[in-house]
Amino acid sequence: MTARARLLDYVLLAGGLGLAWVLLFAWAGPEALSPPGATLRRVAEYLTSPQFWPHAAATGIAFAYACLIALIGGLALGFALGANRLAGQVGEPILSSLYSIPKITLYPVILLVFGLGISAKVAFGALHGFFPVALFTIGALKNTSPVLIKTARVLRLAPLATARTVLLPAALPEIVTGLRIGFSATLLGTLIGELFASDQGLGFMLIRAMEAHKVLDIMALTLLLFAFAATANMLLLAVERRMHRR
Amino acid sequence: MIRVRAFQLALVGGAIVALETLCRAGIIDRFTMIPPSEMLLALAGVMGTEPWFWPDVSYTLGNLAAAIALSVAGGFLIGLVVHAIPRLRRVLDPIFTSYYSVPTFVLYPLLIVFFGIGPASLIVLGALFGIVAMIVATVTAIDRIPRVLLKVARVSRLGPVRTALLMKLPAASPHLMTGLRLAVAYSVIGVIAGEFILSTEGIGRRVALAYNNFDNQTMYALLVLILAFAIAVNAVLGSLEQALHRRWYRS
Repeated sequence: MTARARLLDYVLLAGGLGLAWVLLFAWAGPEALSPPGATLRRVAEYLTSPQFWPHAAATGIAFAYACLIALIGGLALGFALGANRLAGQVGEPILSSLYSIPKITLYPVILLVFGLGISAKVAFGALHGFFPVALFTIGALKNTSPVLIKTARVLRLAPLATARTVLLPAALPEIVTGLRIGFSATLLGTLIGELFASDQGLGFMLIRAMEAHKVLDIMALTLLLFAFAATANMLLLAVERRMHRR
Repeated sequence: MIRVRAFQLALVGGAIVALETLCRAGIIDRFTMIPPSEMLLALAGVMGTEPWFWPDVSYTLGNLAAAIALSVAGGFLIGLVVHAIPRLRRVLDPIFTSYYSVPTFVLYPLLIVFFGIGPASLIVLGALFGIVAMIVATVTAIDRIPRVLLKVARVSRLGPVRTALLMKLPAASPHLMTGLRLAVAYSVIGVIAGEFILSTEGIGRRVALAYNNFDNQTMYALLVLILAFAIAVNAVLGSLEQALHRRWYRS
């Protein structure tokens, strides 16, 4: 596919979404939705107002900590369970059922354990991102071709050298997929954490707009968050595709 | 296999016993967590004595059933359309790949403005959560139908309806099942989260109420119930899915 065709696809997508928005607005009215133009102007106001950035920074810091914990913890557990067949067989089903539970209901427990404030947000974000990273890492190591492992054995590579020169490069593309999904899930968790018990951050701004029934503010914040999450996701996806091609 | 099961049982059992000991010893105080055994007793108590329990459970399950039906049926139909039009598929692809990375919950306030507080908002939120997983799974499922089956259908002169029912649907079933499992899991998350955030009824609502009233007994009882439900549903659908995959992709 040429770059031009891809650009056209994006233009079509943006146009279609814009059209859907306008039609939905015409149908639902200003009580339920804000019009695209005014929403974009409010987004621009946010981006230039000095009150906005401390909130964005608060979310950013919590998100960065949560990401670090989720990614490093998930990778460590994933490698530990993925390298050993029995450990993987025992651990993987437990992890995947933990992954499937509605984590939002655990939020009160997180609050009771960590109290109000940044640590609860970080913990909740990390809780969301940890499981997909671990599960994808296990899957990636499990799917490593046996030929590669046999080759490493024939070459008499030490375990650490095997991990570094054979397992890691073979598993890396799928691990990157896990990191991308973990990244997104962590962002989701951090924002949900801010929705409930927080006094700053983008989630807090959103819940305040919700309580005051300011449709324009809700829409502008939603658009901003969607745009950020989608852009980050597309960038990570591009990295991932490059690795899969190699 | 038996050894794996034994290890799993030991691991989960050990974690629960450890939690029980920590709670009983007072290392985890009662305001933070009650011992697991008391959670079960509290659950039995809530089930037997609280008049709101069964109505709220049926409220949540009803919304859940509607959300799952909407997301599975809608996702399947949209998946068929998307697969049939390659152009549409290419254009929509960015939405499918980044859908689960955007916080869909933030749409909930808009849904409330739209549909009001009540079942409709919760059902739509649950369905919105589940539907994209089903769309993607449907598209993948049709992609993976072996070409040779379609040739067999043509050689046997099956009409389009019988080709779809006898050849395509069974061959697509493993990936459709994956979609179904994901759609159910996401709908559960959507409905219960919606109730938790803002609702007048439902089990998720009861958890939020119990938390706000510092009623740890009720809160942990309901949490145990929700977790057990989600894990059981996932386990049942997961084993069905694996059975289908094994039947079709025996190596």
